[in-house]
This record gives sequence, C-alpha cells and structure tokens, in this order.
Amino acid sequence: MIAIIDYGVGNLFSLRSSFESIGADICVTSEPSVIASAERIILPGVGAFEDAARKLRESGLDKVIKDECAKGKPLLGICLGMQLLLERSFEYGEHEGLGLIKGSIRPISDVIDKNLKIPHIGWNALSFGEKKDELFKYINEGDFVYFVHSYYGAECEESVIATTEYSATLTAAVRNKNVCGVQFHPEKSERVGLSILKAFCEI
Amino acid sequence: MITKRIIPCLDVKNGRVVKGVNFLGLADVSSPVSLARFYSDNGADELVFYDITASAEGRALFTDILTETASKVFIPLTVGGGINTLEDFDRVLKCGADKVSVNSGAIKNPDLVLQAAKKYGDQCVVLSADIKRVEGEFRVFAKGGREDTGMEAISWIKRCVSNGAGEIVVNSIDTDGVKRGFDIEMLSAVCDAVSVPVIASGGAGCIEDFVTLFNELPKVDAGLAASIFHFGEVSIKDLKERLKGANINVRI
Repeated sequence: MIAIIDYGVGNLFSLRSSFESIGADICVTSEPSVIASAERIILPGVGAFEDAARKLRESGLDKVIKDECAKGKPLLGICLGMQLLLERSFEYGEHEGLGLIKGSIRPISDVIDKNLKIPHIGWNALSFGEKKDELFKYINEGDFVYFVHSYYGAECEESVIATTEYSATLTAAVRNKNVCGVQFHPEKSERVGLSILKAFCEI
Repeated sequence: MITKRIIPCLDVKNGRVVKGVNFLGLADVSSPVSLARFYSDNGADELVFYDITASAEGRALFTDILTETASKVFIPLTVGGGINTLEDFDRVLKCGADKVSVNSGAIKNPDLVLQAAKKYGDQCVVLSADIKRVEGEFRVFAKGGREDTGMEAISWIKRCVSNGAGEIVVNSIDTDGVKRGFDIEMLSAVCDAVSVPVIASGGAGCIEDFVTLFNELPKVDAGLAASIFHFGEVSIKDLKERLKGANINVRI
C-alpha cells in the first residue's frame, strides 16, 4: 500500500486518481500507524513552504516521515513536497525543512532572465545528465512534464537526477537513496507523469 | 524551454458540451468526459471546462462530470462559469480542478481575486476577461459578453493581477466566432501591461491563426479555442506539428 500524506495542504484528488489509474493500492492518510505500515510514502504539497513545514511539525508527521525514511522506505515528494525534503527554504524569510536532501530552496528570480514569467508554469522538458535514474526508466530524455513553481532546489547538486531549462538550469528532480522528489506534477503530466509514478512504485 | 500551450475549451450545459458563435446560437457537440479524454490523448496541454448552466440541477451534474473527468484525464484542468464566492472555488477544486477562472464574479466582487489568491495561491486564480472595443477603448463585458461594464479593460486586468490573478484569459468578443484569427492588437495591449501568463481566446479559425499568434506575439503563452477543435476542423496533432515546423516550441 502507498500512503499519500494528508497534512492539510492542497487537494489530493488528482494525485489519488493518478495512482489509481496505474493500479496502485493507495491510501490518503494523516495517521502515523497507517504511514508506518505503508510500503511507500508520497509527500504532496502546494502553497507556502513555511505554512506546510509548520503543519508537518505541529502534527508530528515530520518525525514519522524521518523515521520511515531512515528505515529505507521509498518516499516521493511532489512540488512543495519535494522542496520540504531539503534543509531549508528562503521563501519569505528562512525556514527549516526536513533535511532529508542536502540543499536549499531559493527563488527562481535569482537565476532566470528578468523578462521571463514567474511562476515557471507550463510544460517543460526533462534532462537526465549522464546517468538516468530508475525513476525515469519508462521515459526519455526531452519528455515533457508540467511545472508550476516560483522557487527551486539550489545547492543540491549531488542529489539532482533531472533538470529543466528556463533560461537557467533548474532542479526538476532529486534523489538521495530511498528519498525522491520531483518539482513538477507527475499527476498532471499525462503518460509521462504516470510512467514516473509507476517507476516509483517499483523502486 | 517552456512550451506554448494549446488549450481546448469545453462549454458545458446540462452535462453536454456546447459552443456559441459570438455567444449566441448554441449547438450540442459531445460528451465532456469523452471529449476531454480524446483531447488529452491527442496532445492538448490543458483543458478548460466552462459551466454555462444556470440551474442547481445542472450545477450538480457539472460537478459530477468534473469529478469523472479529473479521475481519468491527467493534464491541468481549469474550471470557470458561475464562480462568485470562495465556496465556489472550494466546490470545483474538491472535484479535481487545478485552476479556477473568474469573470463576472470578479466584476461583481473585485475582492474575490484577492481572497482566492490568498487562500489557494496566485497560480490557482485565472482571470477571464471578455473584451470588446467600444468608443475607441477596450471595454470589459460581463454576463457572457452581454453587458458592458463601462470599465477599461487594461486597467481592470492590471488591478486583478496586482490582487493575485496568476493567469489572464483574454477573450476578444470582436473576433470570437468570426474565425479570422486571434485579436493580435488587443492581446498585444494586455501582454505589454502584465507579466503573468496570457492566454489568447476568440477568433481561431485555422492552424495558421495559431502560427500568426505565436510569431507576432511571443509573449502570449497559450492559445485557447473551442469549436474548431470540437468540429474537427483543426486536429491538435496537426496544429502542433505545424507549430513545431514554424520553430515554435510545443510539446509533442
């Protein structure tokens, strides 16, 4: 069973539906015992970093996530869920993340051309570098996924497994052993996105 | 680099897709769920569902259709029509919408954009503006293009963007249904005024109209159309191949 962690940020309907469409046994939950018994964990998230990080802390789910990841359980953070995996974010101040992946979250305005629109919204292509991670085993270099974000993963080079170009090279996905994160929305990225979810279910 | 988006718009009334010509003379086309699936399979980058139902029964039918679509179609889904309150945002977001488009609701209550952007984030709030030339200026129309609000369109759009609208759909009433191309002049004025994504709507009659749109206005992010897709006059696959051939970046 795969547990989608429900900690009160964002709507999980599409995410649940996307896993159901690939035949995964899925459970949306905020119950630590259910998360502990799951084979895999999904950490979703939309909205502001500070608010989401606080909700994880106040509910004690931050500790549950860290404990389960320490046991080697595969986790996939999506969008803000990916950002929360890093050590800190500079979105409106400085806020502490889960620290499961080395690096910081910084505004894309720091690195992109001034005439480009923020957020980075729409379909953009993935690059994998020299070695393609097993998360992308069903898709190809240059395949498109759907992004909506104004902040990006910085100083996380050693964990980057995919990037995308928006006048600058932006982190599209990260992985540190069993802990994975994608900046884009696989549940909104059609066949390509569903293939990534399928590959995650096989990690 | 980010691609230009092609967005079919489905006007839904009593559970069926319709499309007006200059907003009048509605004609039944097809089932929303199967049409959405078809477009997604054929390369649509996003879908807009527009609820033009007036009755409560029709509204309930619409949310059922939305739920079914969102459980089967995995591309971004924008929902508009009858969005007047935060409860309306909540209702459609719970059924799987990713973005919510406001039009008359924002005109009646300009704080709606601000409140919704605070609660759901800027990226969730789309301002849809029906615009027509009146006495030498661009004028905002309400109620599906039937009522002149007297407001100048560019200042209205700027105000909504500063309140948190994350995307703008510019629907030119002057070119809508005419099928002779997008309203380049109107779109250019909007693109110059705001820095959020702009979606062109109204006037597409053939593939070349999209080529002209993106070539003449590189700042436009997406092209939206309804009837030319519904009636099969333009296939999204052919359209994207042609755009790619014209060196316009698209997802294929």
